[in-house]
Amino acid sequence: MENNVEPEYAIVTNDLSIHYGSYTAVKGVNVKVEKQKITAIIGPSGCGKSTLLRSFNRMNDFVPNCRVTGELLLQGQNLYSKDVDPVEARRRIGMVFQKPNPFPKSIYENIAWGARINGFKGNMDELVEQSLRGAALWEEVKDLLQKSAYELSGGQQQRLCIARTIAIQPEIILMDEPASALDPISTLRIEELMQELKKNYTIIIVTHNMQQAARASDYTAMMMIDDQRSGGVIEFDDTKKIFTRPKDKRTEDYVTGRFG
Amino acid sequence: MNPNKNHFPEGDAFRRELNGRYRSATIGEVLFLSALLIAVISLTALLYNIVDGAFGYTAYEYKVDPSTITSKPLNELTQPELVEVLKANISKGAYNKLNNEQAMETRSQADLLSLVLERIIRIDTKAVWSLSDSLFHKTEIEAEVAEKYPDAKLEFRTWLTMNFITAPMSSRAEFAGARTAILGSLWLVGIAVLFALPIGVGAAVYLQEYAPKNLFTRIIQTNINNLAGVPSIVYGMLGLALFVRVLEPLTSGSIFGVTDSNGRTVFAAGLTMGVLVLPLIIINAQEAIKAVPDSLRQAAYGVGATRWQTIWHHVLPNSVAGILTGTILSISRAIGETAPLIVVGASTFITVDPDGLFSKFTALPIQIFNWTTRAQPEFHAIAASAIIVLMVLLLSLNATAILLRNRFQRRL
Repeated sequence: MENNVEPEYAIVTNDLSIHYGSYTAVKGVNVKVEKQKITAIIGPSGCGKSTLLRSFNRMNDFVPNCRVTGELLLQGQNLYSKDVDPVEARRRIGMVFQKPNPFPKSIYENIAWGARINGFKGNMDELVEQSLRGAALWEEVKDLLQKSAYELSGGQQQRLCIARTIAIQPEIILMDEPASALDPISTLRIEELMQELKKNYTIIIVTHNMQQAARASDYTAMMMIDDQRSGGVIEFDDTKKIFTRPKDKRTEDYVTGRFG
Repeated sequence: MNPNKNHFPEGDAFRRELNGRYRSATIGEVLFLSALLIAVISLTALLYNIVDGAFGYTAYEYKVDPSTITSKPLNELTQPELVEVLKANISKGAYNKLNNEQAMETRSQADLLSLVLERIIRIDTKAVWSLSDSLFHKTEIEAEVAEKYPDAKLEFRTWLTMNFITAPMSSRAEFAGARTAILGSLWLVGIAVLFALPIGVGAAVYLQEYAPKNLFTRIIQTNINNLAGVPSIVYGMLGLALFVRVLEPLTSGSIFGVTDSNGRTVFAAGLTMGVLVLPLIIINAQEAIKAVPDSLRQAAYGVGATRWQTIWHHVLPNSVAGILTGTILSISRAIGETAPLIVVGASTFITVDPDGLFSKFTALPIQIFNWTTRAQPEFHAIAASAIIVLMVLLLSLNATAILLRNRFQRRL
């Protein structure tokens, strides 16, 4: 069945569930994430959005007791099968975190480190420039490359983290509420950047901000917790449809602001 | 209207109640202030007590009158004249021995002068007064000396001199120095750190970054925490049993072809000190590693780093300031330890500097202990001086710890 996955999908999940000990945090997720599109995951707090996102590049391997069942197919290959190294998964699926977390190193080193440890053999200066241009940061920092990344503003730091992610040329970029710690102008720049990035990358973004999901994404997954406090995707569709003609009553209530 | 409102005091009643609150606040403040004062007073008393002993008047006689060996005042003699004086007044054998240790012509004037005083004139200290007595009871001291020791000279003596720091041990307090003990302490601390730092940091990294959180690791953690509080004499017993006896071939150097020592070497004692500070280093390093934010680890994993790359490139560099601070504070503990050294077998009287892993040794606290137990008051004075040396050593170590921490923190 692995070969039946249609090539335009970047990620396909098959009954993906995430458990912490005996508690099931996310249950039975079946989504097909299309390539070079932006897919948003929305839902109220605590519904497992971030948990699901982190399972996509095996970041939850570090959580004690965490167990994943089902399949997560990246180009037909199950990332949770025994022969896949989590480091390889993270190399192919990059991640941008909620709070900007640049390394306490120079701006240049922030980009170069990831490439270097992954065995990059090309011209490092070129890669750094390319990645910073890709993250729309080059013009602002080209004369400050040896300065500490901590001297940048929050929005600049977040774009540096995006540049660091694209420097290792992943196939997919996961973004966990990347703008929630930023001011509105920086948020807008990140959203503009996402539109640029989707020309080359598949983007999956978790967001609390429904306007952001409506503005920036092509597809939206609506998550909700059931009566056992397990989260699940209750509706997955075109963003337009989710926000105008949702099938599920709960989605309608949420996107129209009646709760959440 | 809120039914609870009339349960609160109003007007005068409120003001009375408020005054009561202020009164208890004042009592609290006074208590804290007195606690602080008691602490400051105890520390001042300690400092006073030490400094009081290290300076003061001393009454001494010359066994041999200087005028019988030279016509000039002693401290005006030049270097060649002093050599002549030595040659003329001590036995040929003793002169040759001194000459073999260091050629007479190359010795400094001060060195030769102290040799003349030690070997020929031979100071005999009759009485020693503390700094406070010397300052406030000068006339009484002068009267007492004139009455009891009519031949004695009265001189204000600073026992803590450069000569005290650089001179080796001597059986006469006037000439004894702390060099052997200082070097012994430095050797001990050096060996202890070289042994305990890599092991301690390694264990801390494993516990923080690799070990699963289960009952077994919790037991180990509790044990490490408790070991940090075990009395140091127990570590001395361990050192005696393990490093001095069981590992004697190693610690005496006999497997390396060293023949003139037993297991009671600076190496065995340094290892004992290393084991003593190991739990402290582990705990401090763990705290430092814990302080590295998780977001940094996730950032590294997020770009495809392995666990080792994350630790080596991010966790360790960002915790090095804390690790160093903890290490230096552990050294401060080690440098002041006496009990384990006594058990392991520090020498109380040696004049030879430690010159290798397998040499006999003494250490500052041992030397201080030894001098304070002597009956003659002049030894108490040099013990006070040695305490000052030890305290300066400790203070500079702690200052280094603070400087290092600030330096590395700024880089972050």
